[in-house]
Amino acid sequence: MSTSSPETAPEPGQVEVRHDLAHVPLAPPSRTSGVFEVFRRRYLLRLMVRREIRARYAGTAFGLAWSYINPFTRFLTFYFVFGVILGRGNGMQNFAIHLFAGMVLVNYFTESVTAGTRSLLSNRGVIGKMAMPREMFPVASMLVSLWHAIPQLVILVVACVATGWVGTGPLWVPDAVGMAASLLGFVIIMVYGTAFGLMFSCVNVIFRDFQRIVQTFINIIPFSVPMMYPYYLIADGERIPTQYHDLYVANPVAEAVMLIQRGFWLPTCDGPCVVKPATGVVQPDFVSDLYSRGFIMLGIGLVLLALGQFVFSRLEKTVPERL
Amino acid sequence: MTTSIVVDNVSKTFRYQAHPTLKKMLQGKLRRQQTSETFKALDGVSFEVQQGESIGLMGLNGSGKSTLLKLVSGVMRPDEGEVLTRGRISGLIATGAGFHNELTGRDNIYMNAAMLGMTKDETDAKFDDIAAFADVGRFLDTPVGNYSSGMFARLGFSVAVHVDCDIFIADEVLAVGDRPFKRKCLKRMKEIRESGITMFYVSHSAGSVKRMCDRAIVLEKGRLGFDGDVEGAIKFLHYDGDDDEPDSEESSEDERDDALANDI
Repeated sequence: MSTSSPETAPEPGQVEVRHDLAHVPLAPPSRTSGVFEVFRRRYLLRLMVRREIRARYAGTAFGLAWSYINPFTRFLTFYFVFGVILGRGNGMQNFAIHLFAGMVLVNYFTESVTAGTRSLLSNRGVIGKMAMPREMFPVASMLVSLWHAIPQLVILVVACVATGWVGTGPLWVPDAVGMAASLLGFVIIMVYGTAFGLMFSCVNVIFRDFQRIVQTFINIIPFSVPMMYPYYLIADGERIPTQYHDLYVANPVAEAVMLIQRGFWLPTCDGPCVVKPATGVVQPDFVSDLYSRGFIMLGIGLVLLALGQFVFSRLEKTVPERL
Repeated sequence: MTTSIVVDNVSKTFRYQAHPTLKKMLQGKLRRQQTSETFKALDGVSFEVQQGESIGLMGLNGSGKSTLLKLVSGVMRPDEGEVLTRGRISGLIATGAGFHNELTGRDNIYMNAAMLGMTKDETDAKFDDIAAFADVGRFLDTPVGNYSSGMFARLGFSVAVHVDCDIFIADEVLAVGDRPFKRKCLKRMKEIRESGITMFYVSHSAGSVKRMCDRAIVLEKGRLGFDGDVEGAIKFLHYDGDDDEPDSEESSEDERDDALANDI
């Protein structure tokens, strides 16, 4: 057996001199170390994310511009319907910013969960034939969704600046606490999105109705967070009994939405952001324990991520034969 | 000698119907049928392969060859027993599997190489060889969706044979490509084999197994039917033509493969 080192430069086009494998232990060929394997093979992950991004607008003339056009038109629609036609709904300042800040995270979350749920099934051609850490697929879906959140974030910043410039309110100046809160919001969505993506992608292979079930619940999410309406409508106890308020704010997406609104919407307000239209009484902008709640949510999310990895590693063994 | 592959008492069970609908399940319950019937694709298969050996895996359709390859390559896990390997695995079990139709040949080469475990530097270093071997010319920068099926297969093969691997798996290589390309493939595989890579070669063609391999394993309905020299395996399978008259098309195909194998 050849004992030359693998560094021996091979002739171009020739097969390399063999490695000396005597010191390499025998191992199961399918052995992986779960999610960590994904980060060990960052290069493949990067290529997969890039592939998805490129393939998305392949063949279109505008290409990446579509990532800006779609959210921008959506923003304009909401601005005209809620801001202009309905006129500053419910005594709130800069309703469009309030709405769009929430939309950035809600879109990111719904996209990563839906794409993550389908990720194994839509890559079945590769999974059935090539051995690689299959956690790669849901994680890549989540990162692709994150990539698509960036143009929306850019539009949000432009909208915030423009609101301060054109409107009567103060100029939008990002503050450290607000930016940290927004970042925390993003991290929360990222962790929960990955956790659900991991869990659901496997379940969806075994039980294919699952992606439809997920879609049903995903459709509820935009309405179950305070973006199309102010938070106080839930909190003041006039419409919904207060005990349900606790349930409402236990939603990690609702928490994340309030965190990003803290960063982008709150600084654009001139004086109190929300007042009750009838009485003019100042209303709370967000849940009172916004920050501590955010960190607790993150902690729960990390536990859920560990659980997601556990579920994934249990179920993924049977994935190739079920595809 | 270093052991390259250990397959120890491996079994793999599949279900006839992986996704029964609720309706089917209820009907089955009412009629008191067993809803999930299973079959063993592999049943207690054991063998060991030394590094540098070249194994021909033979067997009739449905005998479990592809399942065995998937277990060795790590795509599937055995239900019972264990499979152990040493070193990096590449091969043609999945020619073009990771290809994305919207991406160019160039992007797909990088993508596929990364899936097979190559780093960017490795792929950069071998890129010209891969492109030259695939011989798709100007099409390298067009989406692979526009490729002819031959070009598609050539590109996939080209990536697989250039991976710096320790175990090479080849599943029905001669099924794709025209004759000049087949010849090139076999030549390359011979080089791979002679460089001391463990080779796992699946083929129905007795001639090419005879020339490529120094040992043959025959699967028979999921069980190890024969493990030994190639001549014996061909006899075991009655592929030597003594048993019954093979139809003319098959034999001419065999002859052509034999001729190809002789060429190299």
